[in-house]
Amino acid sequence: MSAREEVLARIRAANAAARPTAVEVPRDYHRTGAHPPGAPELVELLRDRLVDYRATVLDAAPDGIPAVVARALAEHPGLVLVPSGLPDGWCPDGVPDRAFSPAELDRFAAVVTGCAAACAETGTIALDGSPDQGRRALTLVPDVHVCVVRAEQVVHSVPELIAALTPDRPTTFISGPSATSDIELERVEGVHGPRTLIVVLVH
Amino acid sequence: MSTDLGMPVVAPAGVGHLRGDRSFPAAARAALGDTQLRRNLGHATTVIRNKRAAVVAELDDWEALRRAGEAIKTATMGRLDEHLERLEEQVTARGGVVHWARDANEANRIVTDLVRATGQTEVVKVKSMATQEIGLNEALEAAGIEPKETDLAELIVQLGGDLPSHILVPAIHRNRAEIREIFLREMPGVDPELTAEPRRLAMAARTHLRERFLRAKVGISGANFGIAETGTLLVVESEGNGRMCLTLPETLITVMGIEKVLPTWSDLEVFLQLLPRSSTGERMNPYTSAWTGVTPDDGPQAFHLVLLDNGRTAALTDPVGRSALHCIRCSACLNVCPVYERAGGHAYGSVYPGPIGAVLSPQLTGVEDNASLPYASSLCGACFDACPVRIDIPSLLVQLRAAHVDANRGRRVPTPEALGMAAAAWVMADPRRFANAEKATRAGRLLGRAAGRITTLPPPLSRWTASRDAPRPPAETFREWWARERGGRS
Repeated sequence: MSAREEVLARIRAANAAARPTAVEVPRDYHRTGAHPPGAPELVELLRDRLVDYRATVLDAAPDGIPAVVARALAEHPGLVLVPSGLPDGWCPDGVPDRAFSPAELDRFAAVVTGCAAACAETGTIALDGSPDQGRRALTLVPDVHVCVVRAEQVVHSVPELIAALTPDRPTTFISGPSATSDIELERVEGVHGPRTLIVVLVH
Repeated sequence: MSTDLGMPVVAPAGVGHLRGDRSFPAAARAALGDTQLRRNLGHATTVIRNKRAAVVAELDDWEALRRAGEAIKTATMGRLDEHLERLEEQVTARGGVVHWARDANEANRIVTDLVRATGQTEVVKVKSMATQEIGLNEALEAAGIEPKETDLAELIVQLGGDLPSHILVPAIHRNRAEIREIFLREMPGVDPELTAEPRRLAMAARTHLRERFLRAKVGISGANFGIAETGTLLVVESEGNGRMCLTLPETLITVMGIEKVLPTWSDLEVFLQLLPRSSTGERMNPYTSAWTGVTPDDGPQAFHLVLLDNGRTAALTDPVGRSALHCIRCSACLNVCPVYERAGGHAYGSVYPGPIGAVLSPQLTGVEDNASLPYASSLCGACFDACPVRIDIPSLLVQLRAAHVDANRGRRVPTPEALGMAAAAWVMADPRRFANAEKATRAGRLLGRAAGRITTLPPPLSRWTASRDAPRPPAETFREWWARERGGRS
């Protein structure tokens, strides 16, 4: 018998012996938020959560994104990486990704991306590899991540965030800059991922 | 290999880290004598308990989430075979390769062969309980492959030649000064001016591992969740070392216990709320990665998923004990446990310490191989209250104690405990014998006169008083008091 067949047979034998009863899953937790996506309350909640994680939050009007992105990058001199599908004009000096190797990615000081969705309650931004976000390594190796979040992408709760995403896309949930609590449970921001997260909130 | 499915197959001995080399009381005694360890643990568990309590209190639907989490896990285990087949089908359809491992030896062999096939002699690892459980690092080293742990705490443990003592924070037994010592001693090229400030220590780890990440060709991970309907795997982490290992190498090998499967993507709406708040006490952990098979031009182009049994199906056979498989490895039960807080993780002898370890390890190995663990608890119940999927750990502990007693019932020489219980049963079966026995305890009043309690008894009763006091028997028994106060009336 193959390992596959044997493990499956063990499971069937165990379930036959233990005779578990069928259960209904009670879904009486909050599945929708108190505010619709993009509500001003959610933008403020997201800001509060991000600041709590020691991310930097900058505000931008819909037509002011390039100026705010430039302001965010001004403090972090060096080469800027952008995914190939970043909207025109957001970062004119950015170098579009050309399948750079990890070592090549390491030469960039910063990366500028959009996002797929954000959850206000937990301060979480989701990236799903769409053209304005690029492959996962882009937002990992450079030390500064500037992420543009549009108000209409902001949902209230985790269930709404999960529902907004497409499962088979490579997805990264980001809640603040890289951090560790491994030394005496004291939170320290900045380990292996980007040590600086700057969120441009467009509303 | 036995194909007789009548008997549950437990995790084999001689490989991995599920069995200690001494009993819990013996190991705990040594740990309790280490005042530095007790200070480190007391500080760390207090910090994390307070953080967890604060973020759990923010959610007014926490209990509903716990009940949903419990029900999803219960329902999933009842159809575990179907969910695993679905997971396999989906991972395969999206370019991954699925392997099945009956036990630790088989899993280690599969992973070692996969690494060998790449021609590489070093791998980067994301912190994973499953690979700790099976002793994968030792197996790789024996095959001439160097596994590099990349989680900060795992790195501290690996560099210190130490063992993990906590599910979430494996180096919880070390304070900053000790970590600085380890880094200065074991990290090539480390700045000799390194201070014990956590930020400086974390930066030293970043520098130490950076180049390894960038050149890594093979990454090895565990998985927090595997989604059957889509074939999606998830790793929940904080530092970004997980993202590095999951994204930069050409080959990714993920070892996942079969109980980690969830039926649907939307089940994550429950578990991504329960897990971070319970484990690090955060609203959400900094990074969670989700990937499905192989994505062209994004991340590893070869993906292997190893599905591990190693005693899990033995636990599944027990109608009550199987709920230990619902564990999502948050470690909330460790942080609230008065026994763990004092004895520390090493005393449990298994990679799964604390209350959940005391019910999980004996089921994975068979109770006789971890017979002292079900007793490593005061049954106070704090672990059940903290558990995000409502595992009734105290009840499981009691059941495992009974299983241990049952296993010893047929012994030709009865245990002292069995003799004592038989004697007590004989005494208690007859009111007159019981009354006389009560009166006989009065002799004990000669002891403990000064303190009002008895601190030392002669053998074999000294085994009780070695770690606890016995109350000084009263001058008058209850029956005597009753007869005096309410004499004549019934």
